[in-house]
Amino acid sequence: MGCRSVARVTEPVITARALTKRYGTLTAVDGIDFEIARGESFGFLGPNGAGKSTTMRMIAATSTRTDGELTVLGLDTNRHGPEIRAQLGIVPQGDLLDEELRVIDNLTVYGRYFGLPRSYVKQRAEELLDFAQLREKRTARVDGLSGGMKRRLTIARGLINNPQIMLLDEPTTGLDPQARHILWDRLFRLKEEGVTLVVTTHFMDEAEQLCDRLVVIDKGRIVAEGSPSSLIRHYSTREVLEVRFGSGRNADAAAHLAGIGDRHEVLPDRVLVYADNGEHALQAVVERGLDPVTSLVRRSSLEDVFLRLTGRSLIE
Amino acid sequence: MSARLTTHAPAVDRSMAADHRVVARWGWWAVVEHHIHRMRRYLVTLLVTGIGSPVVYLLGLGAGLGVLVDGGSGIEGVPYLTFIAPALVMSTVMLTSSQENTYGVFGGFKWFNTFTAMRLTPISPAQMAVGVQVAALLRVVPVIAFYLAALVLFGIADPLRALALLPVGLLLSVAFGFAVMAWVATQKDDRGQLSFIERFVVVPLTLFSGTYFPLDTLPGYLQPIGWISPLWHAAELGRWAMYGHVLSAARVATHVGFLLLVAAVGAWSSIRTFRRRLDE
Repeated sequence: MGCRSVARVTEPVITARALTKRYGTLTAVDGIDFEIARGESFGFLGPNGAGKSTTMRMIAATSTRTDGELTVLGLDTNRHGPEIRAQLGIVPQGDLLDEELRVIDNLTVYGRYFGLPRSYVKQRAEELLDFAQLREKRTARVDGLSGGMKRRLTIARGLINNPQIMLLDEPTTGLDPQARHILWDRLFRLKEEGVTLVVTTHFMDEAEQLCDRLVVIDKGRIVAEGSPSSLIRHYSTREVLEVRFGSGRNADAAAHLAGIGDRHEVLPDRVLVYADNGEHALQAVVERGLDPVTSLVRRSSLEDVFLRLTGRSLIE
Repeated sequence: MSARLTTHAPAVDRSMAADHRVVARWGWWAVVEHHIHRMRRYLVTLLVTGIGSPVVYLLGLGAGLGVLVDGGSGIEGVPYLTFIAPALVMSTVMLTSSQENTYGVFGGFKWFNTFTAMRLTPISPAQMAVGVQVAALLRVVPVIAFYLAALVLFGIADPLRALALLPVGLLLSVAFGFAVMAWVATQKDDRGQLSFIERFVVVPLTLFSGTYFPLDTLPGYLQPIGWISPLWHAAELGRWAMYGHVLSAARVATHVGFLLLVAAVGAWSSIRTFRRRLDE
């Protein structure tokens, strides 16, 4: 997937120790530790409700942590909110654009919130319009934009203060495949420029595309950490054989799979056989007289890692 | 799209960084700027109501009700129109400020994403609240200006004395504005209750604050409504300023003090609510 390992080890720009957030009796984030280095692309991967967004809000200093420690750029998030946010570019899940204003005004108005001079903000907004490929929409009202355009505008808006760290909460959720690829392309640009990216996602491909390193988070806890490829290596096999025996027959068929591949996983609609060579595994399945309706051999992905770690599928 | 795929300007310009100290000082003004952008959209409506409302009220009440009242030699020694003019200005100020603080504040949290987006920047909740109040003043100033022009044009007030209504109106706008904001900021869902402010606060206050008749005309048990009404205090100050309605220095100080107190309590409570609501 072409994910670099973190070669440059510099001082962390974000450090969390036993970071905890409780809402009443609900523990949304349950004592997590992580460090993010300057220039790194770091991901929080997990299902909805895992505590990713809550963690992001605490990093953005818009949510007060209940316990533990959290510093961003060396500053305590509970005490230095404005100072920290001056150096962050935040792309929230819901965009939070002023839909009644024009595209260009959304950028300039926001830029002024960082105390930047009006003339500078104007010039910067024009540059970012190009970066976000929204030049043609310059004077359009935001409520007429497509989801992908709004998302790019939100990213452009988040860049107006030249942030050191970019926080992206589910950057491509709800976008069609083409819009996602355009967005990824823009985020790669940021990565190339050395901007620290912190991304939450419940999409495996997104995590694999964007992240140098990630933590898998489930029920408020970190269950694994590493680069996408090392996680796959560690928690899965090189390939996966997916076989379908027809509804109701999957579990029966799975009972006869012992010894094929490293292990297998029975899902409601199919059986996953983890093996370094999927074709060989398929051959073995057929030789046992099991007759799958369909079969597919694919590379292992983070989805398999998540399934292995939690026993559950990432997207319900 | 293909022609736009490359762009030469860097996505991040390392030569310019945001300074939170500048924001700490001037952030409130950035909030005002945002609201000015929003107001541009309904500028025409603002102008039409701004010009229309004084003309309609002054003509209707002066040419109709005024004739009836003045047959009995006016109120407090002045023609009826002179008596009600300062109070009409103030009641319009109250209405304008309440609208801005109702829909501007509720919308800022729920509809326009203004506060929720500002929250992602170094802007503080206090700066948001103050910014909205200053923006409301920017809406109130032309409203007062149109009224004053009409008062001078109709020969009801002397230009300089009419101008004295401006500071009174601004004070009322801030006091009433923060009071409305303090309540609206606590409202999470729109179930039609937002219109209560106009129906059950603004209109009754206008009727019971000595706007159309002196407060002491009301039976004693209704007069306290006027005493706690910012509108009455502002109307009394307006009359004193515009046509020399007799007020002792102590009364003037009381009226000003009351409005300042309402503004301070409302501001404190609003900021507290903003702070809590925006801490997710």
